[in-house]
Amino acid sequence: MSIFQIAWKSLSQRSLASFLTGLSVALGVMLMVAVMILYGVIASTFQQSSIGYDLVVGPKGSPLQLVLSSIYRVSPPIENLPFRFYKDLQKDPRVEQAIPIALGDTTEEGSFPIVGTIPEYFSIPFANNREFAVRGTFLRKPFDAVIGAKVAATNGWKEGSQFRMIHGGADTGHVHDEKFTVVGILAPTGTPNDRSVFVNLDGFYQIQGHDKPFDEAIKREREFYGLAPLEPEALAEEVRKLEKRYGGHDHHNHAPGEEHFHDVPMIQKEVTAILVTTKTLMAAGLMEGEFKKGFKAQATNPIRPMNQLLTDILGNIRVLLMVLTGLIIVVSGVGIFVSIYSSLQERRREIAIMRALGARRETIFGIIITESLLLCLLGGIAGLILGHLLVLGAAPVVTARTGILINGFAFQPMEWLLLPALAILGVIVGYIPAVSAYRTDVASNLNPS
Amino acid sequence: MSLILNQIRKAYVTPTGAEQVILDIPAFSLDQGEQVALVGTSGSGKTTLLNVAAGITTPDSGTVTVGGVEITRMLEPVRDRFRSERIGYVFQTFNLLGAFTALENVLLGMSFSSQPANRHLAIELLGRVGLGDRLHYRPSQLSVGQQQRVSVARALAKTPRLLLADEPTANVDGPNQQAILELMQTTCRENNVTLLLVTHTSEVASQFSRVERLASFNQAATSTSTPYSMGVN
Repeated sequence: MSIFQIAWKSLSQRSLASFLTGLSVALGVMLMVAVMILYGVIASTFQQSSIGYDLVVGPKGSPLQLVLSSIYRVSPPIENLPFRFYKDLQKDPRVEQAIPIALGDTTEEGSFPIVGTIPEYFSIPFANNREFAVRGTFLRKPFDAVIGAKVAATNGWKEGSQFRMIHGGADTGHVHDEKFTVVGILAPTGTPNDRSVFVNLDGFYQIQGHDKPFDEAIKREREFYGLAPLEPEALAEEVRKLEKRYGGHDHHNHAPGEEHFHDVPMIQKEVTAILVTTKTLMAAGLMEGEFKKGFKAQATNPIRPMNQLLTDILGNIRVLLMVLTGLIIVVSGVGIFVSIYSSLQERRREIAIMRALGARRETIFGIIITESLLLCLLGGIAGLILGHLLVLGAAPVVTARTGILINGFAFQPMEWLLLPALAILGVIVGYIPAVSAYRTDVASNLNPS
Repeated sequence: MSLILNQIRKAYVTPTGAEQVILDIPAFSLDQGEQVALVGTSGSGKTTLLNVAAGITTPDSGTVTVGGVEITRMLEPVRDRFRSERIGYVFQTFNLLGAFTALENVLLGMSFSSQPANRHLAIELLGRVGLGDRLHYRPSQLSVGQQQRVSVARALAKTPRLLLADEPTANVDGPNQQAILELMQTTCRENNVTLLLVTHTSEVASQFSRVERLASFNQAATSTSTPYSMGVN
């Protein structure tokens, strides 16, 4: 019989204690694996979905909030930018593409974020060289909508499904009368796009309340461009001019939900952010610097705030969690030490018998170390499996809350280090009991006590 | 393989701090292939003598020579290996491992030598001691007598050159007692194995051509008994 078989038999004899000590290792490893996988998925998702754009342009404020709201749709938008600002940016010779997005509303069903945008949104890869794929068509008509895979799965929407949106998110409770029609369903991307509903920006502005009243629009635009506010009479005159020019329009002339279209004056339109691709990377850097000097808006590289978030906050949390789970594993190791060491008192005779049968001291040492290794490694393997199962179990919840698609079978490179580390732990915690067993006196332990 | 004990002295320190001499043997020997019954009262040092002969216990002084090799001069790992390959030992208390089946206990006895464990031989020996249908029983599932028979099979499975047996039939009933004795004696005779068997019954001793009384050559045999649990009776 090999040392392995003898060690296994010894563990089997103390099956409950062995199981419990192995389980404690497994639980520690399970938590560590879950932390590693979840962090890895979150990190790659955050970095991946930012890759498509060189800059995100939005109102002054926190760059992180701008990125979180405009790309990850997990944070409320900072403010809005005048549509004119978007048109001016589009004309910048350094800009390749500028995609405006309007955020703030959610679907009535499922509270998924609404993204008002232009059809070109889907022409930019959502991740490194990964193009959008759609079942149906992309946005064409004003009241067309394209929905993410998660939205389709959760709400059971298909091509032709119609929906309404809640103004300013679910908290306000105001449901717009206008209905959008699903014309396309995106293939899963593993990004926040999966839980987003994209509506044509033209249709978005048609919705009652989305086109600012002239007086408010004039005030906001002047404020944005740093112009002095108009006196009440001058403002009224400006409003009259605009009404005359555009003829005025009252949504209340339409039946609720009736689809209608009219051109909304530029001054009444606002965008939440502009996603920009530049012709050169240097241009992106230059533009970012220029925006920093100005007071109107900010431009940020979408990867930088996320990297900062990942390293400064999430990274530290990850390290903390890893240390905590590492400590759990070490405590489990101490449990193995206690279990083996206390069992030695009962096993002195067993050891003496083996020695009397010719087992060398080194063989006995090896048997005890093997027991410790088996507990650590089997616990570790079980923990690896349990960790992945835990992630698999948690994946639907995380996806539902964040839109991040999690693959429970995704293997993190650091997992390769776990088993060697556990083997070292096994040797360390098994060493003292093994030495104690090694020193067992044969003659005095041979007879039953 | 011959066994020669020369000027062996072994003493223990009692809980009161006094030294108690267990063995004081000027000379004792067995020739190769000889079969000897050793008779002694309880606590007279029979088990200690077997332990010294097996190299399990180191004497305070004197030499033990097995097959012309002085094992008292060997380093411990070499002595362990020598014991595992040359010496079979049937313990009075069986000393089977509870986690292992009868077959595994026998295989375990073979595992510590340089030769690979012979499963076929282990099964055959268990059959010869009447346990062919109990191969996969654990010791707790066997009667006391059956456990002793497993212990005998384990000692013989190593194909030893010297077989030491400590009361091997003490817990076995009449017919099985005879069968075990015959198995040991026959196996030793056929393989020219030296047999030293400790017994306290004249019935067993009478089946040996040479019977030695420990008291007749152990000058310390008249001393008081030591506790059984110390393993020095």
